[in-house]
Amino acid sequence: MQVEVKPETLAAPAEPVLRVENLKAYYQMNYFGVSREVRAVDDITLTIHRNEIYGIAGESSSGKSSLIKTIAGAIRPPLRVVSGSVRFDFGGRTLDVYDDPQAMKAARWRHLSYVMQGSMNVLNPVRRVKHAFHDFAFRHMGLSPSAFRARVEAHLEQIGLDPQVLEAYPHQLSGGMRQRLAIGLATVCEPEFIIADEPTTALDVLVQQDVLALIKDVQSRLGSSIIFVTHDMTVHAAIADRIGIIYAGRLVEEGPAQAMFARPQHPYTAHLIASLPRIGDTTRRQSLPGKPPNLADPPSGCRFHPRCPLAITKCETESPPLEPRGEGRVACWRAGEVAAA
Amino acid sequence: MSALLQLDHVGRSYPVGGLFARGKMQAVKDLSFTLDAEKPEIFTIVGESGSGKTTTARMILGNEVPTSGAIHFLGKDVTTIRSRSDRLAFMAKVQPIFQNPFEAFNPLTTLDFYLFSTARRFLGLKARSEIDAAADKALQHVGLSLAEVRGRYSHELSGGQLQRIAVARALIPGPKLIVADEPVSMVDASLRMSIVNLFRTLRDDLGVTIIYITHDLSTAYYISDRVIIMHRGEVIEAGEARAVLGHPSQEYSRALRNAVLPPDPVAARRIINERLERRRSGLAEGAG
Repeated sequence: MQVEVKPETLAAPAEPVLRVENLKAYYQMNYFGVSREVRAVDDITLTIHRNEIYGIAGESSSGKSSLIKTIAGAIRPPLRVVSGSVRFDFGGRTLDVYDDPQAMKAARWRHLSYVMQGSMNVLNPVRRVKHAFHDFAFRHMGLSPSAFRARVEAHLEQIGLDPQVLEAYPHQLSGGMRQRLAIGLATVCEPEFIIADEPTTALDVLVQQDVLALIKDVQSRLGSSIIFVTHDMTVHAAIADRIGIIYAGRLVEEGPAQAMFARPQHPYTAHLIASLPRIGDTTRRQSLPGKPPNLADPPSGCRFHPRCPLAITKCETESPPLEPRGEGRVACWRAGEVAAA
Repeated sequence: MSALLQLDHVGRSYPVGGLFARGKMQAVKDLSFTLDAEKPEIFTIVGESGSGKTTTARMILGNEVPTSGAIHFLGKDVTTIRSRSDRLAFMAKVQPIFQNPFEAFNPLTTLDFYLFSTARRFLGLKARSEIDAAADKALQHVGLSLAEVRGRYSHELSGGQLQRIAVARALIPGPKLIVADEPVSMVDASLRMSIVNLFRTLRDDLGVTIIYITHDLSTAYYISDRVIIMHRGEVIEAGEARAVLGHPSQEYSRALRNAVLPPDPVAARRIINERLERRRSGLAEGAG
């Protein structure tokens, strides 16, 4: 008997690819006997599924870059993992980033790759582009040099670049081309998981949409998962399936992009979305009062309370847990009242 | 109407190439506009990188000499300012704000030094108390106070605060015109609006005209009175901001306008998906 599979049931069973549990990563510094601890990643739990784009948003120095560096296992002292775990699941094989450095090394680039912030930093200015591909990807692919070259050329054509760029030096290419190359480098091994740090921040407006479409294209073709970081909420709106909002090292809200933009549940998220300027609308946008918290000495209770329009006494003393609510999760004592305010 | 700033057919070219292959790169071509001295406004120059908007800013500030045309500030030709005192008087009236607040300040110098030395140089103040009062007054305009800034170094403050201090420093000499070159591109979205709102306050309360240079069309629409769109050194479209950015008439300005992603998942996704379809069909044609 033939069983008909509905498209919805195909999409529904989402296998987790990445599980981050109670992750704490602090910058621990000790100068002249004075120790200082900056809690950049503080007790974060999140799960990312196969074939999903997960966006992390937050202001500068909120710990969003520290979080993805910790997830990638690309940290060095003074940033240290204090507790918690980061586990990937690649084809049924579980990989603990901080438990098995040898397996992690083998998985890097093959299963897990990284699009770095600022495409200029990826390519060596005095070597031709082809060397970058060779250095990053050759030993992970197990191909002969000529087969490798053919594969890279085919891959570049897929992402809309002329294979001739392999013979070019980075300064001969435009910013948009270099950003494409950075994405090409990260995806040539067809990894299951891609980490991207501010993939479009340094780009011109006209190039930005192209690069976003390219990321989306590569992701849907490979069926891989992406976690990316940017403070630009419009980029999240354009490609993220789910968004996580980070404030002062903590995840304060998480949910599907459309639901979050329609009904933000945390006052900070509500502010971020309300402050976005739109063409055709000149009503005055309010900016957030106060200054970003110092992560070496974060505010007590809910870390957002000194700047929050809805803060009550409870917020000053008790830190709200991240709890399921609506279609996502939120950490706020007054989550139900955010939409009304 | 008396003109605060008048640009007449201003052009700037740079020589490129070596000894035998001389060429010229025209960074700015035939640029003309006038700012009214009586009516303070936010005048925005929009363009991509390489459109000549920063060269324009540098010419207005007198850091760069136009190769053709003339720039007049309050009736005086900017390029003919020679003497030290004239230069100082001009600089007091035209102040810059730069792109990256983290790079604009020396990390080894306390921030109050910039405020104090500006007060000393342009206002000729000598007494400690007068200098402090001038710095504090300027900081009050941007929502800070001298007590918060005194003795601090640039790494101790956030990007938004640093950019506010940069604005406060520019306000000390009592300028008529502030040239802000990409002042919000390095600060993140939530602080962006506070800087942009500050410009509006300066225009309304202090009567300062602001030349706002940006590639961000949505903040340009939000605060500008007038706007010009530049492309490869030429003005493509100019006029009242709501009209130009809301309903652009030229093809290039329309493309620029459409490149702005709306802060709405449904609409933004549709744009990206359309582009994706075009990409895929383009690739299929190329292969076939």
